[in-house]
Amino acid sequence: MFSGKVFGALAGAAVLALSATTAVAQPKDKIKIGFIYVGPVGDHGWSYQHDQGRQAIEKAFPGKVTTTFVESVPEADSERAIEQLARTGHDLIFTTSFGFMEPTLKVAKKYPNIKFEHATGFKRNPNLSTYAAKFHEGRYIIGQIAGKMTKSNTIGYVGAFPIPEVIAGINAFYLGAQSVNPSVKIKIVFANTWYDPAKEGDAAKALLDQGVDMLAQHTDSPAPIQAAEARGKFGFGQASDMERFAPKAQLTAIIDDWSQYYVARAKAVLDGTWKSEDTWGGLASNMVVMAPYKNMPDDVKKLAQDTEAAIKAGTLNPFKCPVIGQDGKEIECKGKGALADEQVLGMNFYVKGIEDKIPQ
Amino acid sequence: MTVFEAILLTIVTASTPLLIAALGELVTERSGVLNLGVEGMMAMGAACSFAAAVTFDSTLLGVAAGMLAGALMAALFALLVLGFAANQTGSGLALTILGLGLSGLIGAPFVGARRDPIAPIDLPGLSDIPVIGRLFFEQDLFVYASIALTILVAIYLVRTRSGLTLRSIGENHTSANALGLPVRQVRFWAILFGGACAGLAGAYLALVYTRFWSPGMTAGRGWIALALVVFAAWRPGWVLVGAYIFGAATVLQLHAQAAQFGVPSQVLSAVPYLATIIALLLLSIRHGRAIGAPGSLGAPFVPDR
Repeated sequence: MFSGKVFGALAGAAVLALSATTAVAQPKDKIKIGFIYVGPVGDHGWSYQHDQGRQAIEKAFPGKVTTTFVESVPEADSERAIEQLARTGHDLIFTTSFGFMEPTLKVAKKYPNIKFEHATGFKRNPNLSTYAAKFHEGRYIIGQIAGKMTKSNTIGYVGAFPIPEVIAGINAFYLGAQSVNPSVKIKIVFANTWYDPAKEGDAAKALLDQGVDMLAQHTDSPAPIQAAEARGKFGFGQASDMERFAPKAQLTAIIDDWSQYYVARAKAVLDGTWKSEDTWGGLASNMVVMAPYKNMPDDVKKLAQDTEAAIKAGTLNPFKCPVIGQDGKEIECKGKGALADEQVLGMNFYVKGIEDKIPQ
Repeated sequence: MTVFEAILLTIVTASTPLLIAALGELVTERSGVLNLGVEGMMAMGAACSFAAAVTFDSTLLGVAAGMLAGALMAALFALLVLGFAANQTGSGLALTILGLGLSGLIGAPFVGARRDPIAPIDLPGLSDIPVIGRLFFEQDLFVYASIALTILVAIYLVRTRSGLTLRSIGENHTSANALGLPVRQVRFWAILFGGACAGLAGAYLALVYTRFWSPGMTAGRGWIALALVVFAAWRPGWVLVGAYIFGAATVLQLHAQAAQFGVPSQVLSAVPYLATIIALLLLSIRHGRAIGAPGSLGAPFVPDR
């Protein structure tokens, strides 16, 4: 009797202990993963690339993982969409735009057993990771290409909004150009939209009409590079390889490749090893990939490849100190030999040589 | 080509889809029907025109498909508001949502396809005139069609008996009905015309303006066309002025940014809206009398039996 009771109590404790550990890390046979996209999957850019990552997960774990996605979710109305995924049995949810940050955090706190991943944000929780890519590494390379190849000595940039991510991209692009061509000038136009093909195209045309012959873009559709193609000028693809839209104009493209990261995170949930983390991958971790270098002379191609290799090896940082601001003063160097990550993520100044002002 | 010429050419391209869509909506509204589905019909026009143009490798068939798609969407709207006397605001909004969704579905297989630019019509001699030559005599067919359409709509509304009938139905459908005018029949054709125009505007967007299809590429132009009709006080000529002011302000603010005038881009982005409203308000004040909407605009019509 007595021993039976003790055994029972021990067994109960063991079960408790077991269940306590499984709540933390529990390998799963089958999981469901949901994605929230800010634009349409067919934007050929940002959301399209995230969806490529989703498809990579499906391919990597046939039969084990099912995925769903909701596209064109307005940032203001995203909480409903995220919660809908949380309620319908998803184990892991990716929200893929900066504007989804607060809603994701709110829903994550409400559903502690579901894992969340938010792109380009900075708010984390025990069940909420963040991830982003160092696109500015690619922009430094295309800046060098533009600086070498420009004949009018004026390069152009179509931006979406004057937010830190875009500003850092413009600075990296210009610093790259300046490193090979100190007297190069840059013209910047903000379309004030991420996605309006016609308007993005008009912004590009305005730059081209004003003497720009190398066009970089940080908006989501292929309209700007297509405008460059139509005028016989050059440009760079954004987010995805846009060669099919501009076979003669595209020199290279900065491709966001989320597949490796997404597959790794899905595997972590399957294995029960998922932890809340902050990932900021770049060229070295293949989160940022350069499309083939084309339509350029061999020496420029060589330069681009060398720069790419140097950034990958860690011997070159686009924001290596000293970084000089527009007022000619040196920006305080908070990182090791280069600006610290948070300085890049919160960038709100133009570097010396850019004659425009950041719209406030 | 000088910068000045280039700017003017871009302005024409930016204004044309707004003008075409607004003219269609103007005729619909003059008959007393408010169709808020312009954005959806435009998106359908863009998707179907692009799909047809790529499939049959023909711009002409693309344009026809775009107009047909817009007209079919409008026919659905007509069935609701004329057949069932449904609420026009609600039906129009539903049409926009339906159009945006359906266009994404139809266009999905054509995402990533590309069309070559259509050649502008070159009038030898005339297009060599400096500055205005290229502006007036070397545009694509759509641009000439949109100007011709403005004139035809103006003549139709003011100078023809049929136009008078349409306007009187729009002003007071009960009286018009009592006089024996075919209210629903006229409105049906007016709605269909509006749909075909929105579809044509969408075709222009996909085949000339951007030359590719992607979901949601109309990006609110249907709503701007709707607003233009109101601010132009339901007059075709003023719609033309409004569309061009809007197009000009949109393009010029981009140029102002590139030229580094130092005005914040957010402010410049608001300029097209402000400029259009102010200009059309000034026009209506100069006109010296109150300009109202068609009397029966938006009211459901149920004939007595």
